[in-house]
Amino acid sequence: MELISPADFVKRNVLAVQDYYAVATRSISNIFRRPRYMADMIQQADLIGVGSLPIVVLTGTFTGVVLALNTSDTLQRFGSLSLTGQLVSLSMVKELGPVLTSLMVAGRNASGMASELGSMKVTEQIDAMRALGTDPYKKLVTPRVAATVFMMFFLTIISDLMGLIGGYIYSVAMLRLDTYQYWNKAYQALTYNDILTGLIKPIVFGFIISTIGCYYGMSTKGGTQGVGRSTTQAVVASSVMILATDVLVSQLLLTVLR
Amino acid sequence: MSSPNSPLENSENEAIVFRDVSIGFDGLQVLEDVSFQLRRGETKILFGVAGSGKSTILKLCLGLLRPDKGNIFVLGHDVTIMTEEQLFELRSKVGIVFQESALFDSMNVHDNVAFRLMEEKLPENEVDRRVKEALRFVELEHTVGMLPSELSGGMRRRVGIARAIITQPEILLYDSPTGGLDPITSTTIVELIMKQRDESHTSSLLVSHRLQDGFVLASHSYDPVAKHMKAIENGDHSRVNTTFLILKDCRVIFDGTAEELGQVQDPYVREYIS
Repeated sequence: MELISPADFVKRNVLAVQDYYAVATRSISNIFRRPRYMADMIQQADLIGVGSLPIVVLTGTFTGVVLALNTSDTLQRFGSLSLTGQLVSLSMVKELGPVLTSLMVAGRNASGMASELGSMKVTEQIDAMRALGTDPYKKLVTPRVAATVFMMFFLTIISDLMGLIGGYIYSVAMLRLDTYQYWNKAYQALTYNDILTGLIKPIVFGFIISTIGCYYGMSTKGGTQGVGRSTTQAVVASSVMILATDVLVSQLLLTVLR
Repeated sequence: MSSPNSPLENSENEAIVFRDVSIGFDGLQVLEDVSFQLRRGETKILFGVAGSGKSTILKLCLGLLRPDKGNIFVLGHDVTIMTEEQLFELRSKVGIVFQESALFDSMNVHDNVAFRLMEEKLPENEVDRRVKEALRFVELEHTVGMLPSELSGGMRRRVGIARAIITQPEILLYDSPTGGLDPITSTTIVELIMKQRDESHTSSLLVSHRLQDGFVLASHSYDPVAKHMKAIENGDHSRVNTTFLILKDCRVIFDGTAEELGQVQDPYVREYIS
């Protein structure tokens, strides 16, 4: 294994942060510059959004079921089984919906972006694009970032809904709860701020997933081994960043929306 | 010596000018004070051992890499001080054929060749006409709907050439266009380069490992009637305007014509060309 000095290690990481910052800011600023690649954006929205739908639906549903399952025992002890709907809705909308959806999308799409762009990088296709007078950040990065942010918003809503439906199915089938009771509690528990929190988070997470995926793809070096390394790093980094950012965003929104 | 930002005096005569260009990667020096010029209409063949910086020179010409030191003028513009946005415009006047073709693997041959025209939003029928024309030049009209993965190595290079010439650029850069190809396919590619040189008189920089490619280009011309290359008679090689440049230890050790190359006494050059 290659040993590097602490100074080189710090330098390398500072450079990586600087490069990531450049990718992230260019992806936003390019939205306001011509040419805009609408067809690429729609294609990416289809790949990222529609393509992720099955895993998001399954994740949401099973999370809702398991939430109802695990909390029902405790709630029953306190004679509050009727609050199952409330617990499922609050957990799903504020926290688990956005976070789990983002983690699933990160696993599927950050890796996809890193490997696709990474392969293009090592086979000189990115250089070819630049040589042909096209900005690869405009053509490849910005459509992916815009599509991920846009689709994450809707995927999270679908995941939240599926979680509530999953919790409802378990509550009715296994806990013998009343349909009205479940949905009434689930609805009444949610405040405007909870919904806002649950809808701001996927936008932030979508940005993290796509920019990290694209950053690792565009900075790939070292042939097919490098592509594999970039893909793994993109999933790990985006997953960790989602969880870390979740803490910050939750605290920030709690303070701002209080 | 001129200042870094001084404009090029003879930009109408010179396609590319390197002035004391140095570049290194990860502490390893690749080019050191490299200076040369490519005149308009000239074809210059770059020789050197692997890792001598030949491909780096091509990437520097396009501004894909920035030198650590020195200036590079392309069609009179100093690419070392241009922004990426300014470079995109200049790059439309320069075509490049990459070592491994670098075709976009998710696009078919038509879209690869038409990429630049589609980016310029030209009308569809105009794009189709020019794609057909470019593919006819490389004799690959039948591959229009195929994906790069369905093509052989030689066919990919030819599609790469079609993509590079479709906008009729003022400069063409070839990065080892015959590398890894069998002799027959290599000859086909050399003949295409020759055809482009003799029909369009495009200024070209050609990186090669194969000496015979260079000598064939310097000693033959394209016969449009026979549709084949033929040896230049009477030894008048000046009309094909093809010169050589040899790199060694990060520096240029030879820059001149085939005749001059034959008279060089430098032991390394003698060994290289023997």
